[in-house]
Amino acid sequence: MSESVKAKKKSPSAGSIKAAEGKLQQAKSDAAVPVLGFKGMLRWAWTQLTSMRTALFLLLLLAVGAVPGSLFPQRAANPVTVTEWIKNNPATGPFLDALQMFDVYSSAWFSAIYILLFISLIGCVTPRAIAHYKAMKSQPPRTPKRLSRLPEYGTLALPADAGIPASKAINDAAGLLKKRGYRVDVRDADGALPSLGAERGFLKEVGNLVFHTSLIGVLVSVAIGGLFGYSGQRILVEGETFVNTLVGYDQFTPGTNFQSSSLQPYSVRLDKFQATFDRESPKKTGQPIDYTAEVTTKENPDAPEQKEVLKVNDPISLGGTSLYLTGNGYAPVVTVRDGDGNVAFQGPVTAKVQGANYYSSVVIKVPDGTPDQLGFNGFFLPTAFESEQGISFSADPALANPQLNLDSYYGDLGLDEGTPQNVFELDVKNLTQLNGRKLEAGGIVLGLGQTATLPEGKGSITFDSVKKYIGVDIHHNPGQLYALIFGLLAVGGLMVSLYVNRRRVWVRTGTHEDGRTMVEYGLLARGEDHRLAGEAAALRELFAREWNIPESPEPPAPRTVSSSTSKDQ
Amino acid sequence: MPAINETLGQYSELFMLLAAGTYTVAFIAFAWDLAKSSKTFQAVDLKAAASSTSEKVSVAAGRVGAALSGADAGGPAGRAERPTSGLTHAGGTAAGDMKYTAERRVPARVAVALTVLGVLIHGAGVVTRALGAGRVPWGNMYEFLTTGAFVAVAVFLITLIRRDLRFLGTFVLGLAIIMLVAASVSFFTPVGHLVPALQSYWLIIHVSIAVLSSALFTLTFAMSVLQLLQSYRQKNLSAGRNDNLAFMSVVPNALSLENLSYRINAIAFIGWTFTLMFGAIWAEKAWGRFWGWDPKEVWTFVIWVVYAGYLHARATRGWTGTRAAWLSIVGYACVIINFTLVNTVFNGLHSYSGL
Repeated sequence: MSESVKAKKKSPSAGSIKAAEGKLQQAKSDAAVPVLGFKGMLRWAWTQLTSMRTALFLLLLLAVGAVPGSLFPQRAANPVTVTEWIKNNPATGPFLDALQMFDVYSSAWFSAIYILLFISLIGCVTPRAIAHYKAMKSQPPRTPKRLSRLPEYGTLALPADAGIPASKAINDAAGLLKKRGYRVDVRDADGALPSLGAERGFLKEVGNLVFHTSLIGVLVSVAIGGLFGYSGQRILVEGETFVNTLVGYDQFTPGTNFQSSSLQPYSVRLDKFQATFDRESPKKTGQPIDYTAEVTTKENPDAPEQKEVLKVNDPISLGGTSLYLTGNGYAPVVTVRDGDGNVAFQGPVTAKVQGANYYSSVVIKVPDGTPDQLGFNGFFLPTAFESEQGISFSADPALANPQLNLDSYYGDLGLDEGTPQNVFELDVKNLTQLNGRKLEAGGIVLGLGQTATLPEGKGSITFDSVKKYIGVDIHHNPGQLYALIFGLLAVGGLMVSLYVNRRRVWVRTGTHEDGRTMVEYGLLARGEDHRLAGEAAALRELFAREWNIPESPEPPAPRTVSSSTSKDQ
Repeated sequence: MPAINETLGQYSELFMLLAAGTYTVAFIAFAWDLAKSSKTFQAVDLKAAASSTSEKVSVAAGRVGAALSGADAGGPAGRAERPTSGLTHAGGTAAGDMKYTAERRVPARVAVALTVLGVLIHGAGVVTRALGAGRVPWGNMYEFLTTGAFVAVAVFLITLIRRDLRFLGTFVLGLAIIMLVAASVSFFTPVGHLVPALQSYWLIIHVSIAVLSSALFTLTFAMSVLQLLQSYRQKNLSAGRNDNLAFMSVVPNALSLENLSYRINAIAFIGWTFTLMFGAIWAEKAWGRFWGWDPKEVWTFVIWVVYAGYLHARATRGWTGTRAAWLSIVGYACVIINFTLVNTVFNGLHSYSGL
């Protein structure tokens, strides 16, 4: 733009403008292409990537990139919700899925952002660390000619009769600055104008470097956790024992480099689970206020038993893993007799909590029934209540009036082929319904201790008792401790880098014609330093005390300048 | 677990209402101060303009006294020309150092006195709430809002001890009133026990630091908005155009606002780093993983990254000033989203803490 304007001014005729522009283009391409080869390109790209501007851009891009992960359900946290979401939004779902909107934090684009950011960070930190190492080993920079140009500047005059020559004054100043933590270099001590350069606050940059390096450390720790860690879930009914082997888990998520031999075969038995509900505040009655699981653990099959208490926010550690109390519910105990009159199933059935007050769904599969396999699905209500519309609901989380509401089926459960099934779902495709609201036989409604006989002599079901179950999450993350250490290092480095100030001080002394020793000093901060004026005032006071100068009327800080001007107005 | 005391809870609600009322009166007094003081300051500016010629002469005279040869030790006259100098009311803005000056601003004093009264009542409300529930008063949205508003006003009053930030009064009190009204209208929750997930000492540490950092971010947000307005106004004034934001003459110049908000943002950023770290430690204790990209974690991270960007922007050429102010504003918008939308709309592990 500006070049063509210049060309216009030089030559008024249209043809020559074009010619000039053409020449200019030619010159530009001639100048640019041969110099910037492949290596040059790389260097250019590297300089661009490691520039502060790019780092800032990537940082903001990282913030923007993280947002979709909170807007859409994520597979890593909730795979079922994602499948449902895509099913419910057939228009946008597959498109968003192609953009990896449901796997944001493992997506190619999010990874690209943070990997580029960390490369940029390394490319920025490394040269800075080298430069800082050199700076720490070298002497403070030479004394500027005009100290009065520095942001903080002051002069002191030592009377001729004080007997402090310029050379002594500079050494005194050097001593004072050293005591104050400055690194001091005295120049030309015996010359006419001796001076010193001093610097302090090298820790600021060290803190800065530690902060940024620790962030890399955190990232590596997270990667270690992903490689060598594992996590799993297990539901434990009162009386049941979990043994830490692969088959012991209901669900297991291994890290990339996980080996099953690394599982220590400890065991955990749930003895008792106690949930306490709020009975005090009238508007919040039934809100849970405490969950306590009493467990018995064994470090390995031969170890002695140990009683422990597992609570929310209070995990137990066992065999290099941690166990967390993450859920709980009721497990009604039932006995199912088949058409031949034999007990085909007996035991607790975990009821999956679906709504308020432990309104839970129940699925019972009886593959051992003869002549027919039996299946039940329905609901468990700890405190059953029937509304005026005839709809059953749970009025309280405690076991005041436990009730099972079930439909029953017979036929092929589909378990014999060996295909894995969801234990919480009954596939009724190949089943014939026996009981149900709409059928003549009606639904099965069982109170505690009651038995219902199935129609057509298919058997019976008895509601014996109710047990409780807990959901336990088991985690092993070897990177966790390192992440914490690096996190603490990062925050320490951050504080140091923000609150240590890197300052330079120069002092120059000389002898005035009338015999007085004149001292001038100047201060310069590297980076933000709002307390530089305060430091200047403190140094002035130190100098004045050292040389016994009554504090001159000169204002120590610019703030006083402002107050004096305000009086003028 | 201590018993719930509903009577104290009702007293607390009364205190909150009284505090909101007192704040409203203080808000009006602060607004009155803005209107009145800006007129006074404009008069001062006119006077200053008349005397500025003589001032320039004295500065020039001082510069002659060069460093070593100057016998009168009057060296640092050049200081007046540096941008850091805190000249009172230069160029139609208040003193850059934000120190108290001799001007008597009666409405502002009334407003501060009322705010102190309000914060005492508010504090009583927070304390009775805590006593009534027998725990820290930040376990649900109602309590985050009421306690958060208290901390915001308290932090504002504490900074007033050292700096004259009374020009922020309307903003801080306006926000506190909105928070108190939202708390009692939309998020009212009677005193109650905590659900097991919140029963941890990390609730005390993690949430208190989060609330404190948010209060600081609130102050810097206000400053950044004023900085943008002031820099627009300063450009206008230096171009010789009419002053269409006269009330801004009570407010310091854009550069001073930027510097102070940077310092406060640095403290708040450290606070937020702790919020994030302690949150991660608590998450590990409660859920078995220290980071899981739960919506609350995502937004806490986003806020951290935006303010990290802000701190970097201050060290990047071309990004200081107006752009940095915008980053600070964007950061605060994320704080608001994190507090409102994430707690109520987004489905995550932190949802229970709300309603």
